[in-house]
Amino acid sequence: MPKIRAPKIPDFVVPPPLRKPAKPGESGTPKGPAPADLKTSPPPRKTHGERLEGQAKEAPVDVLAWVDQRTGASGFLTGMMFRKVPKGTNWFYTLGSATLFAFIVQAVTGVFLAMFYTPSVTQAYASISHINNDVPLGQFVHGMHKWGSSVMVILIFLHMGRTFFFGAYKYPRELNWVIGVVLLILTMTMAFTGYLLPFDQRSYWASIVGININGTGPIVGPYLSDFLRAGPELGATTLSRFYAIHMLLVPGAIIALIGAHMYLVVKLGTTAPPWVRATKPKGAEPVAQLDGGSAGDGAGPAANGGSRG
Amino acid sequence: MAADNADKLNGAEEAPQERVQPDPPGYFEGESMTRRRAFTIAAQGLGGIAGAAIVLPAIGFAVAPIFHRGRERWEAVGPESDFVEDTYRQVVFTETEGIGDAGKTVAYVRRSSADLEEEPGKFVAVSNRCAHLGCPVRFVEAAGNFICPCHGGVYDFQGKRIGGPPVRPLDQFQTRTRNGQVEVGPRFSVTNQMEPVRARDPGEFTGGIWEYLYPPRPDTFPPP
Repeated sequence: MPKIRAPKIPDFVVPPPLRKPAKPGESGTPKGPAPADLKTSPPPRKTHGERLEGQAKEAPVDVLAWVDQRTGASGFLTGMMFRKVPKGTNWFYTLGSATLFAFIVQAVTGVFLAMFYTPSVTQAYASISHINNDVPLGQFVHGMHKWGSSVMVILIFLHMGRTFFFGAYKYPRELNWVIGVVLLILTMTMAFTGYLLPFDQRSYWASIVGININGTGPIVGPYLSDFLRAGPELGATTLSRFYAIHMLLVPGAIIALIGAHMYLVVKLGTTAPPWVRATKPKGAEPVAQLDGGSAGDGAGPAANGGSRG
Repeated sequence: MAADNADKLNGAEEAPQERVQPDPPGYFEGESMTRRRAFTIAAQGLGGIAGAAIVLPAIGFAVAPIFHRGRERWEAVGPESDFVEDTYRQVVFTETEGIGDAGKTVAYVRRSSADLEEEPGKFVAVSNRCAHLGCPVRFVEAAGNFICPCHGGVYDFQGKRIGGPPVRPLDQFQTRTRNGQVEVGPRFSVTNQMEPVRARDPGEFTGGIWEYLYPPRPDTFPPP
């Protein structure tokens, strides 16, 4: 099967430290006429309007430079976005980003649902009916949130399966696996607590069954289910408690842990798939295209991971 | 003068054996800890107290309902003449107040039966909450059994488990008679020998060592 070559990245997109150095004798800029003598033929004077136009064109760059000088963000972003990935990286590696995207969809639709939802036992069902039947696009947003939760659970499981079958949980990425497992548990918590919120027959009985499954654990079980219900029976406090867990407690923890998860991904790099054989490093063969020295800090382990296989 | 000496001694053989540390600020003879260490301990202690003052009430607020036992609640469900020995009558009453229909529950009530060796003149109120995971069971007149729609739990006429996943008989409610009306009260669970024990959640075993592995919650009422 002929391999399709990836299109070459245009030079102006690549930040200067990563740009391929020009070969000797070949200058980066196209050859033009020799610079004219400024004394005999000075460049035409710019009008005030032209000067203003030039300044306006520079303004976005100036703003970015102003921010960059105070944050040092460009170095971080360059290391993160232009980091090296091992040979054989394929579509399975997008499952984590897909899960992240599903989470963002849940967060955004959830915020808008919260504008119409009432976490009260007597009004919850009516407010969901209101969202579905009266609010413009309400059924669509509610549907995105409802089905999106299943999508997120499916994607996070596929992501975990990819990590497991590719052996990507091994040294030095064990901690990232642990964080991922906690994120999985938190995602299940979100799905469980969100299920009660419409407060219809299905969610009512499903939550009773779910809480009672918690209660079957010896010794702590009865107290755990009592904590979830906030009392002996499922009631008003249960609903507001689930609402608070669903809206405030778990999302914050998920966002924080996603940050830690992604930091470790960038820090440690990704693994090559198990079917990619390790290749022997060929002495001083230059790293193709990229100047390894400046990007080495962020991408070093990624390159190692690639050659280790 | 001191600087001069230091310069002269730099790298020379007659350098002093040990450098004399200057006394830290606030030093006095016989102090037991440095000023810096005292301040560190004090600052961390104050921080800990401030943190505890915020966190402990919050945790207590979330956990306190476990230990809160509500008022004992009795509700009349019909005159004595409504109930017979050989079949159940379904009654609906409020178990949790203030949350509308969600707080209601169903009991199946009959007179106690001499055939089943029960105390005469009493009433039996069987909860419809399945002892497996809490789904609502239904009394099927033709079979004389309680049947759960969720996972196929089956109970006999008395509420003893005869099939499916439930771990104990159906719960019951305390009953009493006031002014010719039958009243149902707090819930209690029973062991496989039909001995009353304090109410347990569904899915929890009763009797024997299970009484310790599934301790009764503090908010449940003592059995009759």
